[in-house]
Amino acid sequence: MLRMLGITKSYGAVRANRGIDLVVPPRTILGLLGENGSGKTTLMNVLFGLVSPDAGTIVFNDHPLAGHTPREALAAGIGMIHQHFMLVPAMTVTENVMLGWDAAGRWLRPAAVAERIRAASHTYGLDLEPDARVGALPLGGQQRVEIVKAILRGAELLILDEPTSSLSPPEVSGLLHVLRRLRDEGRSVIFISHKLGEVLDVCDEVVVLRDGAVAGRTRASDTDRAKLARMMVDRDVSAPVAREGGAAGAERLVVADLAANDATGVERLGGVSFSVRSGEVLAVAGVDGNGQAELVDVIAGLRRPTRGHVFVDGADVTGRGVTGRRQAGLAHVPADRHTTGLVADMTVTENLAFRDCDGPPFRRGPWLDFGAMRAAASERIARFAIRVGGPDVPARTLSGGNQQKLVLARELTRHPRVLVAAQPTRGLDPGATRFVIDEVLALRASGGAVLYVSTELEEALIVADRIAVMYRGRFAGVVRRDAVDITRLGLMMSGALTESPDAAALYGRKAP
Amino acid sequence: MTEFLAATVRIATPLVFTALGGILSERAGVFAVGLEGMMLAGAFAGVITAFLSGSMAAGVAASVLGGAAMAALVAVATTRFRAEQMVTGLAVNILALGLTSFLLRGLLGRGEAPTIRVSPLSPLPVPGLASVPVIGPLLFRQPVLTYLALAAAVAVFVFLMRTRSGLTLRAVGENPAAVFAGGVDPLRVRMLAVTCGGALAGVGGAVLSLQQVGTFTDAMTNGRGYLALAAIIVGRWMPFGTLLACLLFGAADALQLRVQGLRLPVSSYVIQMTPYVVSLAMLAGFGRTAQLPAAIGTAFARDRPS
Repeated sequence: MLRMLGITKSYGAVRANRGIDLVVPPRTILGLLGENGSGKTTLMNVLFGLVSPDAGTIVFNDHPLAGHTPREALAAGIGMIHQHFMLVPAMTVTENVMLGWDAAGRWLRPAAVAERIRAASHTYGLDLEPDARVGALPLGGQQRVEIVKAILRGAELLILDEPTSSLSPPEVSGLLHVLRRLRDEGRSVIFISHKLGEVLDVCDEVVVLRDGAVAGRTRASDTDRAKLARMMVDRDVSAPVAREGGAAGAERLVVADLAANDATGVERLGGVSFSVRSGEVLAVAGVDGNGQAELVDVIAGLRRPTRGHVFVDGADVTGRGVTGRRQAGLAHVPADRHTTGLVADMTVTENLAFRDCDGPPFRRGPWLDFGAMRAAASERIARFAIRVGGPDVPARTLSGGNQQKLVLARELTRHPRVLVAAQPTRGLDPGATRFVIDEVLALRASGGAVLYVSTELEEALIVADRIAVMYRGRFAGVVRRDAVDITRLGLMMSGALTESPDAAALYGRKAP
Repeated sequence: MTEFLAATVRIATPLVFTALGGILSERAGVFAVGLEGMMLAGAFAGVITAFLSGSMAAGVAASVLGGAAMAALVAVATTRFRAEQMVTGLAVNILALGLTSFLLRGLLGRGEAPTIRVSPLSPLPVPGLASVPVIGPLLFRQPVLTYLALAAAVAVFVFLMRTRSGLTLRAVGENPAAVFAGGVDPLRVRMLAVTCGGALAGVGGAVLSLQQVGTFTDAMTNGRGYLALAAIIVGRWMPFGTLLACLLFGAADALQLRVQGLRLPVSSYVIQMTPYVVSLAMLAGFGRTAQLPAAIGTAFARDRPS
């Protein structure tokens, strides 16, 4: 159905695609695997005509595609569902479907289109209300709008770029079900992901990219997670993590009865107390939106608490600003690296220097020492293996995983006493995830205290000495690593179980 | 009372055209700060052409071209060259001010401001309806451009809300990347929208110069372009809401004119301020909850790695 041969594309010094061949047979779900920055998204943008390749040929259904626009790709029967949805949030489902669709006619007939949406929604089990405003739909719903758009436009090949990274588990299984139905109807699907389980579950064939080239291709039935992981990163990331040192020491971060409201005045954090000790990781698990963001913001100094106190190494920092907290030894990895973590249009050097440019070595008298900044940046790029064209390119040009490494490099090289990390592995591939976990554990081993917020329970279990589960702004329970019971944690996350934790669990002391 | 309402309609008419043009531009994601300049260019081109050719129709056509030409500058600068929209709009306003004054003297006055007179467009009564008391003279005994203003509001509404091109235009103002992924070039849409918007603003200028005054004086638009901009916000970027807002501003101005006639012990300058105070107050009230088109003010560029 699709043959892409010798696709090559460079962005400045970064060679995103180096002669990639990709063949998709009809009636096939093909998994496209690779780390962040391995060239998957670029390859698909080339196929869809969003980016023009430097070299290579594309043949789709016996028709060559060259120098084509997205419109020509769509007309040929290629539908793309981007990682960031191409929808207009202020408009309804029907309006979004009609947008740019020639068959919708010159004059709008919303009722007729709504009827077709209902029909397709019924056939594929998409559960879409045509008159709903897209901005009000959950992410899974918005994704189904993209799917219905592609189906109604007659797409024979659907490209899904990391479609499951922001979906809840039931939404994921619903999506995989839809994909199988599409294949059984005679369409093909390119499924881009770095979640190996899902790829093995739904795909017929798998192609693995590494550093912009094909690292391997195989039938899904002939492989397993370990083999795929090795193809992706060329090193073993499934080896057990090393948990060295970490005899819990003195209390470094103490939080007492902390509460906070959101912008509309609704209480989102309802009074939590705990402490994290030197050489210890406290993971905060729970479904997203249960007050984790508020907890992190208040500790980091980005949001005022309505009551309660935050102590770092015994000093009350509640009244201090971000700078004051930083000087007390607090580092913060924000959940949103695009808006809070980085300034996307500033260079890698500037982003790395940013929170430390008020003192030596980056300040010389009243001036910034750009030489020192660039030297430090180069050193950190090497140490954290950040894949980047150089220290002077904008942070925007980095892939998600490398942007996150940038944030970590900045926060960790300061040797913080307390690290607050909010979902530091969100959207990252297994290799980058492993890197983040290893760095966090290294900080723990050297005596740091880490508060690690994650929505992935599996990950929380790997890093944590103690796990707290948040539900509706409170701790539904805190469990020590050696007493973990997955079922109990699951019940806590869903709000079905609330335990009042004892002092040992809350503050890390040994039970008497 | 009838006289007051008639003044309201008269003052609102140029605002309506200009604001409708601004809606097209802003809905496509380009701030319509340049309305004042487009309006002024339209007023100038209209009256000069009508004066030289003796044809009012040619005058109106020239005002369309004059406004569109100014808008084309904004369109190209903000899309192809990704210029800052506010600054570009202000630059066009200043350019139009200087250019019209210069051309007026250079083309016709040999260095001095010439006297140009055309007889303003006369009322065109609708047979039968024009003799109905109160609403007759108000709605059916008006010059041709006033009728056209109403028609334009309906046309812009139908285009924006009932055609696929209108849907695409609105989507460009909300999320140009989505439109691009759908196979339409958002920059082309913006250029067309801004240029057509300028054409409408040009007619707004013609209402002043051809229908109401019959001549051109320097800076004769006198801030009406900015008032139209305020009307768009109060009218929530919807044609009929904006029409209503223009009428409200017109009423405030008409009231101001009457109050001046009352010889109150207040400076006439203070009274002349009222329409602008009213628009400020309304902006403070309505503008707070207004939802700007999400992508307004942002440049769109393809071929960027994400």
